[in-house]
Amino acid sequence: MSGTAVSVSGLGKSYRVGRVGYRPNTIVEALKERARHPFRRTRFEEFRALDDVTFEVPWGEAVGIVGRNGAGKSTLLKVLTRITAPTRGRVELGGRIGSLLEVGTGFHGELTGRENIFLSGALLGMRRKEIQRQFDSIVDFSGVEKFLDTPVKRYSSGMYVRLAFAVAAHLETEILAIDEVLAVGDAEFQSKSLAKMRDVAKDGRTVLYVSHQMQTVTALCTSAIYLERGQIKYYGGVDGALEHYRKSFASFAAAQSDPTKRPGTGALRATAVRVSEESFEPVEDKIVEIDVGANPELLGQYFVSCHVNDENGIVVAQCDSRNVGGWFDPATPQELTLTIRALWLKPGRYTVDVFVCKTGILDSWEGAAVFEVLPTSPYPELAGDEALRAGMVLSDYGYESRSSA
Amino acid sequence: MTYASGNVRHARGKRAEPLRSKPGNGPVTVILPPGRLALPRWSEVWEAREVLYRFAQRDILLRYRQTVVGVAWVLIQPLFSAGIFSIVFGQVANLSSGDVPYFIFSYVGMLAWNLFSGTVTRAAPSLVSNQALVSKVFFPRMLVPLSTAASVLLDFLVSFVLGVVLLVLYGINPGWPILLVPVWVLLIVLLSLGIGLVASALMVRYRDVGYILPWLIQILLYAAPVAYTVDAVPESLRGLFDANPLTWMLELFRWSMLGQQAPPLWQGLGFAAVALGVFYAGAMAFQTWEREFADVI
Repeated sequence: MSGTAVSVSGLGKSYRVGRVGYRPNTIVEALKERARHPFRRTRFEEFRALDDVTFEVPWGEAVGIVGRNGAGKSTLLKVLTRITAPTRGRVELGGRIGSLLEVGTGFHGELTGRENIFLSGALLGMRRKEIQRQFDSIVDFSGVEKFLDTPVKRYSSGMYVRLAFAVAAHLETEILAIDEVLAVGDAEFQSKSLAKMRDVAKDGRTVLYVSHQMQTVTALCTSAIYLERGQIKYYGGVDGALEHYRKSFASFAAAQSDPTKRPGTGALRATAVRVSEESFEPVEDKIVEIDVGANPELLGQYFVSCHVNDENGIVVAQCDSRNVGGWFDPATPQELTLTIRALWLKPGRYTVDVFVCKTGILDSWEGAAVFEVLPTSPYPELAGDEALRAGMVLSDYGYESRSSA
Repeated sequence: MTYASGNVRHARGKRAEPLRSKPGNGPVTVILPPGRLALPRWSEVWEAREVLYRFAQRDILLRYRQTVVGVAWVLIQPLFSAGIFSIVFGQVANLSSGDVPYFIFSYVGMLAWNLFSGTVTRAAPSLVSNQALVSKVFFPRMLVPLSTAASVLLDFLVSFVLGVVLLVLYGINPGWPILLVPVWVLLIVLLSLGIGLVASALMVRYRDVGYILPWLIQILLYAAPVAYTVDAVPESLRGLFDANPLTWMLELFRWSMLGQQAPPLWQGLGFAAVALGVFYAGAMAFQTWEREFADVI
């Protein structure tokens, strides 16, 4: 053993999907099926959630794991934390591993805060002595000391989350696997949590962190893995992994233009999505034209929802036609025009997702269109970059002053 | 180092010089794909005993916190069943209960029976009702069904104390065999946990176990001599009854509590062998299926 915290080689995880033929749900059915075909081996279609994953993480590293939905990020964490077993390959862990895959593991509403600290702590892998030693610090961190003997079902959701996270934050395992639990609580609590996580890595322990949020990966991690369809496509610096992640949107969009490859029932498909211009000024109205095909057999009306996402895949705006009374008739092809007014976008590249829905999703076209927002400032004064950097969008605002003298 | 497939093994890290004081010196965990058969890893279960303790505490707290009558319920249940049995079997069917009153005879039978059936019926659905945990955090899953025994044992203890009070009231002195009660309790718990482990693991995959099991238990209640003596069984069926380990269980327990005629020695040894065997086999089956729980639950 060298000084590696986690060493993974040839790791694979397959799920059986869509059993070929028939799938029993009860013992009686299973027995009947077995009696009818005693020698038939059941065949399954295989889905490889992880495929030949190999990497090593040294001690003291905080590794971000990024990738699109379904790339295998969460599966990887689940295999490493032994929640689920691998199908192939081998994992070696150089120490105890603690997993924070959700907030409030094992919390029970009827139990008091105190009882829940012990229950949840034990489930996360803490020994009784550890919990007792850390008890005051946990209570302190959560700020719920007044309600320690109240059942947590009477807690406000904020208190609940704070207590739950406080327990998790005091987990002292040498390796820590985290799945986006930082995305809870108010801003102050989030930054507190983030600081706590950073301390973990400073102690020489190792953090594995799965996230969709680019900012937290950049803030927390020292290196990153980019996963695509269960395979490692990049392992190295955070910037490199994020670069791969961003690029994946483009190649994904190309694949999505083929309607047969898109998710959704397919009862009705969008045939074309266009933005009126390739680039907009931040303040301009953004116009999206959506052509939807026809299906005379479809009963009732459908609606359309359009998402505008920034480069990091975060949905900046959801324009759902139901909000403005937009219901359309599937009997004839429709040419829809969506005008997004009063959305001041920051300069950068944006993608548009289009969803055609009725009771379920008929067509889900992610990355249907791309547009650029030009790097011009919509404000009357030039104040330099740092006056524009923070924030996800720009806004129309003004200051007035009344001297109170 | 060689590793048997299907196991997660711990080995001491073989490092010439420790680089850091804390990380890296602990045991190395190796995770491999599951194999065909897995042996229970008792050391890991022991390591996580705190979880067992907290689960047991949770079960007990919840049971007594949410009920109005609380402990009373634990007593009402066997008392009423014993009452009904003594009316139906003792009065209506007019069966003999040997030299003890029918009521205390069936009460003691119910004590042993409730310990057995309570553990089985509570262990079986335990994994499914804790599925949020199973799919979100790792700990030896065996602890979930095992911990259910705690609250059943507490119920047993309460009704056992009442049983002793009844013995005193009826003026029955069982003599030294009562000292063997803890042994029978342990064996009954092992037997029922063995069945409970298999049932809980099966239920992860097949939910109908949850319907079949209570029905089976109900049938067994009448098929085993809980409310009647083995002597009341027709001679032609006697062999069948004598082959049932539950008969041994009830006979042994009753002998210890009521001081009636001692069952043959082979029943005592046989029951111990069956209880231990079923428990170990149950644990092994559970361990073998354990690693796919999170995927199918």
